[in-house]
Order: sequence, then structure tokens, then C-alpha cells
Amino acid sequence: MSIILDKDTKVIVQGITGKTAMFHTKQMLEYGTKIVAGVTPGKAGQVVEGVPVFNTVQDAVEATGATASVVFVPPRFAADSIMEGVEAGLDLVVCITEHVPVQDMIKVRAYMEGKKTRLIGPNCPGILTVGEAKLGIIPGYIYKKGHVGVISRSGTLTYEASFQLSQAGLGQTTAVGIGGDPVKGTDFIDALKLFKDDDDTLALIMIGEIGGTAEEDAAKWIAENMPNKPVVGFIAGVQAPPGKRMGHAGAIIAGGKGTAADKIKALNAVGIPVAENVAQIGETMVKLLKEKGLYEKCHTC
Amino acid sequence: MNIHEYQSKQVLRSFGVNVPNGKPAFTVEEAVEAAKELNAKVTVVKAQIHAGGRGKAGGVKIAKTLDEVKEYATELLGKVLVTHQTGPEGKKVNRLLIEEGSNIAKEYYLSFVNDRNTAKIVMIGSEEGGMEIEKVAAEHPEKIIKEYIDISVGLLPFQATRMAYKMNFKPEVVRKAAATMQKLYNAFIGKDCSQVEINPLVVTAEDDVICLDAKLNFDDSGLFRHPDIVELRDKTEEDPKELWAAEEGLNYVNLGGDVACMVNGAGLAMATVDILKYYGGDPANFLDVGGSSTPEKIATAFEIMLDGGQSKGIFVNIFGGINRCDVIAEGIQKAAQIIAEKTGTDGIPVPVVVRLEGTNVELGRKILTDKPVKNVIMAPTMEGGAEQIVNLVKEAEKNA
Repeated sequence: MSIILDKDTKVIVQGITGKTAMFHTKQMLEYGTKIVAGVTPGKAGQVVEGVPVFNTVQDAVEATGATASVVFVPPRFAADSIMEGVEAGLDLVVCITEHVPVQDMIKVRAYMEGKKTRLIGPNCPGILTVGEAKLGIIPGYIYKKGHVGVISRSGTLTYEASFQLSQAGLGQTTAVGIGGDPVKGTDFIDALKLFKDDDDTLALIMIGEIGGTAEEDAAKWIAENMPNKPVVGFIAGVQAPPGKRMGHAGAIIAGGKGTAADKIKALNAVGIPVAENVAQIGETMVKLLKEKGLYEKCHTC
Repeated sequence: MNIHEYQSKQVLRSFGVNVPNGKPAFTVEEAVEAAKELNAKVTVVKAQIHAGGRGKAGGVKIAKTLDEVKEYATELLGKVLVTHQTGPEGKKVNRLLIEEGSNIAKEYYLSFVNDRNTAKIVMIGSEEGGMEIEKVAAEHPEKIIKEYIDISVGLLPFQATRMAYKMNFKPEVVRKAAATMQKLYNAFIGKDCSQVEINPLVVTAEDDVICLDAKLNFDDSGLFRHPDIVELRDKTEEDPKELWAAEEGLNYVNLGGDVACMVNGAGLAMATVDILKYYGGDPANFLDVGGSSTPEKIATAFEIMLDGGQSKGIFVNIFGGINRCDVIAEGIQKAAQIIAEKTGTDGIPVPVVVRLEGTNVELGRKILTDKPVKNVIMAPTMEGGAEQIVNLVKEAEKNA
């Protein structure tokens, strides 16, 4: 079991003829992802890594029956590409592109209302279901099969946390990088809901950072809806000065809101342990699982 | 990106928004000249810095004569203003706005922001103008009015009118206030703003609705659509190292301390700053070298960190995802070479602790072990590395 994505999901790569997209198409295929089509307007008929290229998402869906896509197009075209995927009725669109204008994303969210598509990103590393498939740029070799789910606003911290879990012998189910932008498709609570219903996921790691209040909201949601799945938190940006954007568009303390201290406090208040520093994410999970009597079950590798 | 008040007002004027007549001045002579041209009963001399709270800090003066304009301009130009937003070091005033005084009857607050929780644009209004909005929100939350705007249809006239009524504009000016909101919304959308804040928005004794102050911030990701806005950037307002880094495509924030770090990925970079502090260090910077680094880029990152002697030690914390550890290792070698050539020394002058993990980690470690670089030490773990660099910097300070 897993969430959102498995080895049978038929995937389109939007912007497949770009350099980065080509590189990662190869990586995704090697991991086992069922990539059935690529889309670049004007490049129909070409073949990339054995994958046929179409002019439009609609053409690609009609020809292949794809249900998901991963977007690698430049920022100024990203919103349009996402909406093209939504319009074509895809179940899932994952947008890797960074620097998408915020108001473009507000338009995308308005357009998506009432439609079935789930969007992950933008500005995210994507999603990986261990041993089955990955959409995006998460390095696959870090992951081992197991029972811990990973949700993160940061790419490298997704890898870092997953690596620490694997080192500690705790395999994973699915890792979801929800992205570092202020306006995005899937937020913590959306991802938590999916993991809650996944019987294979016995525990979760949630990696947040400064900016916004999604971690606080998630803490409240977990306390009310998911008391039986242990969660470990980590929050980056304790030392971040207010008003400064720390790399990610969404990582900014504004009007006194979105500090790491507030987030850690909110998580601790509902009994979620927060790793004291980034090197202790794995061991914090080990400790929690031992306390909950789940360590043996989760020690899969 | 931030711009000055006088620039914000120029932008708003181009959208038909009512702002007071005024001109920027870079010298005392220009200030007096501008005041002469305005020929107003009352002239306001306003310091232009990228920070709020200027009024309280003495950065806004009311002049009744040209002599007073001259006096205030002389006082303010070159002065360092310390406001609650500048930090204790303050900001030097290099520009003034010389503006016609308004006959204020009542002050209001109005702003537009992109709301991350609802993924909508929100218009925020309050009849408590001229105060810090955070304070109003904390003390009188009932006086904060919000209208959430559907971007596909824009700010609807009824929403603007409803806001005007809820903000208690008097009946005679409700239409004018609503029209002002509409124009401000157009500016917000038209220029990809992340914030438009009018504090205060005033009604004058003559029943005009005027934006007395204006603060526009822009979404950096939207700037490619607005070359006119990019031109308004005042580089003297920005940290020189941050500017240098931005020009090189590096994500850098100066934190003022002496233990530097170079990291790939924004999240890990933030977490690395935190772990340096956790072990008692004083972090010098946040630095994300990004997903696709070249040895040249890494060399530049080292130069920026070392510039001015700020860093007494550097922690390189890399988790190779897209970034390959061997490229980082080569980058460190190259950086040492470049720095040696530029400074006429034998390499990097401060200790560098390197933690590599992830893609091609063995190759990366091998590169640095086979051909050691002066002052570069490999750390087996992240925790060990962070602790080690903090200790090395402390030792260096003791010996200095």
C-alpha cells in the first residue's frame, strides 16, 4: 500500500524535451515509474528515453490513458501547464518548477475548484512511493521499503530525513514533498489525510519551516483526527530573522507570524515530539516508535 | 522586492490612484526646489528608507516655510534612522520625498495581500488608520475587516462598497473610497504585488480620498513581467553581500555572525544555521547553492563568505540529491585555488569542515582525501561537523 502513486500509475512528463526533464525522465523510468507520454507543444512525434512526445496533454491522455503528470516547464508557463493537466481530467499533477508567480498559483487554485485533480507543488521535489514509482527529482536510492510516511516542505530535508530513517533501519511507504511556496496544491493536512487512511503507514515524519501557519493547523488536525499514528516533527528556521525570505518563497516570518518557535510550541502542545536539530530526526523517530511499541514492526531494513 | 514610498506613489498614480503631489529629492537643493514648485501651504519632508515606523523615528517633518524645508532636508539627509523595522543598526537616509501637506479629517488603513491559507487575494481594511495593523489586530480584532477576492472575477464592486461601509466612511465619500479600492486592486494585480499597504488612507476636509502613505512589495517570481519595476530597485538599501550573491544566482542571507555555512537546498540551509547555533556558534549566513552547482559557483560562494574577513570558519553541509558530491568536492578544490590566486596566499584562510552525504558521496570524499586542500577537514557526520566548526572558530578567537 501507499498513497497517491504506485507502480501502475500512468504518467505524462510535461516539458519532457527540456534538459532537466530529460535527465529526470531517465531517473524516473529507472526507478520503475510507468511513464507513457511526454508533452511539449510542437514536438509531437519525437521520442525521449523511449517515451512518445505529444503536442498537448489531451492528445497524450487520449493516446495512452495516462492519469498523472509531472510538470518540468519554465516558471512563466508552469501555471498554464498545470491547468492543462487539470482540464484533461488527470487525477494527479506534480509541479517541480520553482519561481512560479504567486498570483499565477492563485489563478490555478481558483481554476481547480470543484475539479478532481490533486496538485502537488509547485517548487517541490515531488513524490516517491518506495520500490514502486516516483514523480519528480527525489533520489530513489535513499529509500527502503517500510512503514514510515514522510511529508516535507523542503526538498533536501526530505532526502535528509529519509536517509536518516533508512540508516536507522526504518523503511518508508511514501515521501511527499509538498513544496516551499506560499500558495500550493497539497498542504500538510491534505497529505496527512491520505496517510491516515493508508494501513501500511504506521508513523509519520512532518518537516516544516518558517512562514504561514500550516504546521500549527496540522498539529491541531493530528490531535483531533489521527491520535493513533505517531508523528515526529522538525521545523527549520529557528534562527531566521523576521521579514527575510529564507530561500523558499514561502519561508518568511511576516507580521510576527510563522516563527519556528510558534510551530514547535503548537506541535509539542499536542504531544508531537520535534527533533532538536536536523541531525536528530531519525533518532527522534526511533525513540518515539520504541515508546509506542511500534519499533519492531517498523524496523524493516 | 521593495521600493521606496515615492516610487510606490508613482506606480499608484499610473493606475489613477489619488496620491499627494510630491517629488523625490537627493540633495538639500533639490528638496528646496521641489518645495518651491509644489508651492503648498504645508510641505512634508519624508525620509525614504525601506522600513516602516519612520514617523515615530523622526523621519517625517512638517515644514511651513522654504527655510524649514531646507533645515529638515539638511537634518534628514545622511541621518541614520532607527525604527522598529530597521534593527538597531538603522538605515541611512539618502533620499527624501517632498510632498504637499494634506488637510486630514480622518485616517484609515487599507491593504491587499496574497493569502496563503485561502489561496485568494484578501483586502484588509480598518478605520483605525495610522497605527500598526498588527497592534489593531491584537487589541481590536473586530475592527479588522476582510474581503476575500476571487481572482477570476476580480474585486467586485459590491465588495468594495461593503468594505467602505464597514470601515465607516461617511456616506459622501463611500463611492470615492470604493473607487480607490478598485484602482489599488488593479495595481496589485497589474504589477504582481505581494503587498499593497496604504497606511493611512485619508479623507480630507475637502472630502477627497487620498493615499497619504504607500508601501508596495513585489513578488520576485513575477518580476520578469515588470521590467519597469525592476528598474526601481535601490541597491543601496540592500546588503552588499546579498546583492553580490543574487547576481551570481546564489540564495544568501547575511546573519552577521562569524560561522559561515554553505548548503544545498533552502530547508537544509535553514536547518544548518540552526544546528550551528545549537552548538553555540554565531551563524554568519544562510547560503543555498541550489540544485545545479558548478565548481565556479562554489568558488564564488566561498569568496562571498570570506569577504571582509566576516567568516572565521565555514561548514559545508551537502546532501547530494541532484547536486553530486564529487562536483562539490571539486568546487572546494577550485575555490581554494581561486582564493589563493586572488589573495596571493596558499588557499582558504579559515578552517572548512565538510560533511558530504548522498549522490556520489564516496567519489566526493575520495577527491578531497586524495588531494587534500589546506584547512579543509572531512566530517563523518553532520552533528560532528557542526560541533567541530563551532569549536574551531572559538579556538581561533581565543588565539587571536
